[in-house]
Amino acid sequence: MSLLTVKNLNVAFRLGKQELPALMDVSFSLDRGERIAFVGESGAGKSILGFSIVNLISKPGYIQSGSIKLNKKEIIGLNRRQMQEIRGKRIAMIFQDPMMTLNPVLTIGQQLVEAIKSHTNITYRDAKNIAIEKLLSVQIASPERRFNQYPHELSGGMRQRVIIAAILLLNPDVIIADEPTTALDVTIQAEILQLLLEICKKNDVALILISHDLGIVSKVAERTLVMYAGRIVEEGPTLELINDPQHPYTQGLLNALPQMALPGQRLNQIKGSMPSLADRPSGCAFHNRCPYAMEKCKDQQPEFIHSGISTVSCFMIEEMLEEERNAQEGLL
Amino acid sequence: MIGHKHTDFTHPSHSSRLHHIWTGVIGDKLAIMVCAAFIFYCVVGMLAPLIAPYDVNSPDFVDLLNAEIAPYWISADERFLLGTDSQGRDLLSIILYGTRLSLTIGILAVAIQALIGICLGLISGYVGGRLDNFLMRFADVQLSFSTIMTAIVFLALFQTAFGINVYEDLAMFMLILVIGLAEWPLFARTVRASVLAEKQKEYVDAARIMGISKTRIMFRHILPNTLTPVLVIFTIQIANAIIAEAALSFLGLGMPSTDPSLGALISSGFRYLFSGAWWICVIPSVALIGLILVMNLLGDWLRDYLNPRTYKH
Repeated sequence: MSLLTVKNLNVAFRLGKQELPALMDVSFSLDRGERIAFVGESGAGKSILGFSIVNLISKPGYIQSGSIKLNKKEIIGLNRRQMQEIRGKRIAMIFQDPMMTLNPVLTIGQQLVEAIKSHTNITYRDAKNIAIEKLLSVQIASPERRFNQYPHELSGGMRQRVIIAAILLLNPDVIIADEPTTALDVTIQAEILQLLLEICKKNDVALILISHDLGIVSKVAERTLVMYAGRIVEEGPTLELINDPQHPYTQGLLNALPQMALPGQRLNQIKGSMPSLADRPSGCAFHNRCPYAMEKCKDQQPEFIHSGISTVSCFMIEEMLEEERNAQEGLL
Repeated sequence: MIGHKHTDFTHPSHSSRLHHIWTGVIGDKLAIMVCAAFIFYCVVGMLAPLIAPYDVNSPDFVDLLNAEIAPYWISADERFLLGTDSQGRDLLSIILYGTRLSLTIGILAVAIQALIGICLGLISGYVGGRLDNFLMRFADVQLSFSTIMTAIVFLALFQTAFGINVYEDLAMFMLILVIGLAEWPLFARTVRASVLAEKQKEYVDAARIMGISKTRIMFRHILPNTLTPVLVIFTIQIANAIIAEAALSFLGLGMPSTDPSLGALISSGFRYLFSGAWWICVIPSVALIGLILVMNLLGDWLRDYLNPRTYKH
């Protein structure tokens, strides 16, 4: 059963009279307890997608059209009070920099208790007990002491644990993790990811991981969606996608991993850079960086097709599949 | 404790901020002196009824037979340490009461300023858009009238409308209200500027995503992060409010001469300045200047000390 369904979501930024599309026709679904990842370069619209789901895109951005259903209930168009009920309680979010996510002038305890009390009507004592129990569940030693400390007294990894504890307070169904480990060093990254993974498995929480680190994605996510310039270009099971990327952009991303270059070789890169919102190319937005671009890529948007491995939106793949099919028919 | 050693100076938390200020005071001779002087003024003001040699409310307090007696070191009159004024009131006693009045008016007026200014600044900065524009232009307009001018117009109107007797009864509240209402934009602007910087930070997004309401985010999460500059303005504004009150009293629009603040005392003594009884004017002036100097020094010191860029240790 699908927990979260996003259909044809369009998000744009209003700039004077101009409308700059940031997300175009984004559709995906997420099952209970499933873990998916969004990957892509900076500016692909991954973070905006995360904020759109909780309806917190900062102005001048707004949701133009589309539907977001949580448990089959439409959540676009809910009023502020109803949305506040969903935020935190049903959908929670983790940000990149744990230093910035915690309020520097409130103690860990004050912030955790605040979060519980803003959603449920319980006494301070009960809220404190829940908070300490959650701190323990994210493997923080001596939680009573941490409870009374300020964020600056904690290390980076510890802070991210506190944040994970904070979002667990209200037992959400979906966690959106927006580059949760980018600001941490490598050993801590692994610990935090492991923790996140265990927590999702244990509590049957669905996870939307937003990242540009394919290494992390392959460890955590069951399914991966690749985004480019506000569109999903490829979607498939993570391992298959990484082993056999279909879309030229996904191929480029994987080739750009430092492991893919041999010693002494230059690192691979995708030539050019992500177009800005204002001058998005017509047709397939990737055509001006794509090594396989054809004439029709310039003015037509390719449809999604199943390649056998993944769902992909690319004319080259479409033609290849067609040729294969023709060849098979020829053989018959 | 770890917490006390690694205090984060850019984001002092509330309790550690006080602790931070306290350590700063201890380590700085000027600060010790200024704080001691400030505490001295406050104690003197609070304990005025206990330490004043005469009871200013008793009918015997005014005795024209004792008028214009010079201070002790000139007249050798042991009854009046600082001499008496033109109505034979003990100058030391009325200065003590005057200090009490001036400080009360100053602090309460600034409390009103801060209350209005902080709330409007917070809302203006956080909500933004049209409301922000409206409030800030309103603040600009208000700042373009000088406080003294607004107060003079307002108090003069009040005096003529309700008569001098009603006015004298309500003088203290009117002064607090007028000075309080006239200078809120200073707080509003400062708070707004900090809020604009704070609301970009991720902890605000995080709080919103936790489903915490707007009001709670504003007052519980953002406000404590903007209080450092407010603390500095608060001290300096107290000095300004005391000056404003003294100026208004000097012009005859402040406290009545039966219940004088320092400004009213200076004003009533001013007439005798050239007839030989200089002490009636000069001694309260010294007390007032001392008080304002202390408040300003305290404000300056706090500003330097709490600013991470000029932090010297």
